[in-house]
Amino acid sequence: MSTIKSLDELKKIREQSLKKMELRTVGAEKDSIKILIGMATCGIAAGARDTLSGILDEIDKQNLDNVYVVQVGCMGYCYAEPVVQVNMPGKEPIVYGNIDAKKGREIINKHIQKGELLEDLIISKSFHRV
Amino acid sequence: MSKYRSHILVCVGTGCQSQESNDLIEQLKHELKSRGYEEEIQVVKTGCFGFCEKGPIIKILPEDVFYIEVKPSDAKEIVEEHIVKGRRVERLLYEEPNIQKRLEEQHDIPFYKKQIRIALRNCGLINPEDIREYIAVDGYLALGKALTEMKQEEVIKLVKDSGLRGRGGGGFSTGYKWELTYNNKNDLKFIICNADEGDPGAFMDRSILEGDPHSVLEAMAIGAYAIGAEKGYVYIRAEYPLAIHRLKIAIEQARKYGFLGEGVFGTKFNFDIELKYGAGAFVCGEETALLNSIEGGRGEPNAKPPFPAESGLWNRPTCVNNVETFANVPPILLNGPEWFNKIGTEKSRGTKVFALAGKVNNVGLIEVPMGIKMREVIFDIGGGIRDGKKFKAVQTGGPSGGCIPEELLDTAIDFESLKEIGSMMGSGGMIVMDEDDCMVNIAKFYLEFTEEESCGKCTPCRIGNRRLHEILIKITEGKGTKEDLEDLKRLGEMIKISSLCGLGQSSPNPVLSTLKYFYNEYEQHVFNKHCPAGVCTALKKYEIMSDNCKGCTLCKKVCPVECIEGNTKEAHKIDPEKCIKCGACFEACKFNAIAK
Repeated sequence: MSTIKSLDELKKIREQSLKKMELRTVGAEKDSIKILIGMATCGIAAGARDTLSGILDEIDKQNLDNVYVVQVGCMGYCYAEPVVQVNMPGKEPIVYGNIDAKKGREIINKHIQKGELLEDLIISKSFHRV
Repeated sequence: MSKYRSHILVCVGTGCQSQESNDLIEQLKHELKSRGYEEEIQVVKTGCFGFCEKGPIIKILPEDVFYIEVKPSDAKEIVEEHIVKGRRVERLLYEEPNIQKRLEEQHDIPFYKKQIRIALRNCGLINPEDIREYIAVDGYLALGKALTEMKQEEVIKLVKDSGLRGRGGGGFSTGYKWELTYNNKNDLKFIICNADEGDPGAFMDRSILEGDPHSVLEAMAIGAYAIGAEKGYVYIRAEYPLAIHRLKIAIEQARKYGFLGEGVFGTKFNFDIELKYGAGAFVCGEETALLNSIEGGRGEPNAKPPFPAESGLWNRPTCVNNVETFANVPPILLNGPEWFNKIGTEKSRGTKVFALAGKVNNVGLIEVPMGIKMREVIFDIGGGIRDGKKFKAVQTGGPSGGCIPEELLDTAIDFESLKEIGSMMGSGGMIVMDEDDCMVNIAKFYLEFTEEESCGKCTPCRIGNRRLHEILIKITEGKGTKEDLEDLKRLGEMIKISSLCGLGQSSPNPVLSTLKYFYNEYEQHVFNKHCPAGVCTALKKYEIMSDNCKGCTLCKKVCPVECIEGNTKEAHKIDPEKCIKCGACFEACKFNAIAK
């Protein structure tokens, strides 16, 4: 590669490198969107691995930098696995059930991007963990 | 897929490496691969998190979960539970001893709560061997800004306004030092990074160089531009192989990207850096001795003036700054002097890195705002004294700092306050002592060190410290007299005012401060021939207090020389003639019946 000869060139490299580093700061920020995927034994058995890959791939395609995905354990909705929960800042968590990779992509496109809830997939709109 | 969804940051500082963190990385990678996760989970080597007490440390992002004391054999469980199933590995979380609760996230841990990390900002966040990660966290931006948008005078003024003072212990204004060097016109000037960290038990500079080497290189380039130097040296002790290894990689990468070399950022500025290895003499941390050492001469200090800013390396204007001082420069340039001024106290701006060691629960590397109370550092960040023992003293400023007693624990940590109470900031060592430490013995230990490290060029330091050491040996052997105590004080003060360099001017500090604050311990040694902490072998006394003794015979059983007499359920007695003062009976007694 050629050497960096101006501030703009440096900023370009910074942007490229930042994409790889994003994760290390996004989790700490308050206004990032968190997607939780139930990946206990039951979730994995029901195909949550594919759901996860689909969601990740879609996030990558859409270039979303304020969304991060966390694997979580059992959420207790055994009948509706794979379960995906969306935490938007300042809103009640939404829990979706029976989410395969295709529906996972839908969640990204509709819920995350446009703020439209996928009503028929919701299994819980509000719950309070004790 | 190009985007990782999770990063596992693993500390590869010297401390954690010695605890097999490299194996841990291999194991993690292996476990991820065997489950087909290597595409979406990245294992990143990173610098010191500072929580060395609990190493090896790993942090999993974006969830920000902090695992401690992770062994290579734990990799399987972490991948299976945390990565695959999203469940926390409870047993590896940090457990806060006071509330018996396991804490998941780093910022919840009391050890981190009171810290502000500026010099250590990237340690534990980026991979020190990857320049692109440094660039991602605004690396080399400050250099670019300085070269393309600022005049030399502006850079100097900005650093001066920030109030940054030398972090190697001198506390001299960095901006002013740069200005002095800038004002001395010469066709050849040098900038030098002093990485000759020699205090026993201190590892601030090493951790910065291992965890974030580029920040030091960038700051050196900024300083070189400001003062008008084209050549820089990092003087680093050869005992820091890992820091040297990472520096070499960093210099290589910086050259490749054009941050070092000719025409940096397309300007007329040329700059390159070379490493120079020190052989580990403590006195080479003194700037004039360091310069002599780089020139190939003996590591002995010269009289000042002339200061290095006028006539330093090869008699040219030279600026010598410490590693941590440099690490503060890029953020100051990017955030402005006002930002830096808001942190710390009026005369001591910013933060200071300390290596917290000794008898505290959380040994490690911390960065705290100046002005924080010593008590907060030891009891909140350090988590108090080990094994519930009683605090006795804290020693700041390395082997030539003073020992500070409990009644002064509310002293603020800044350059002036520490000097006032007979200690000093030094480069950032902080050693905590408890009731089992004998202050006379501690003073003796430090004198042994300074006597060994004195270069011998000036008489007060060469002979004076030797005499101090001899008197202390005499006292700890129970042969001390009243005159000895007076001599210690007189001689100590004399060495302080008549030595050539900082080593001799501060070496009597441990003696003078313990005389001042722990005089009763000296009196006990000299007049009662007794060492209250039970450290000085010649002055130990073990005695059984018959009131407390239940006659359980335990002490009798463990005594290696059979000097304890007594029948079951009757008070026992120690024969002082036979006793070898090994302390086995004291350790064994369950009824506090044996007195030291």
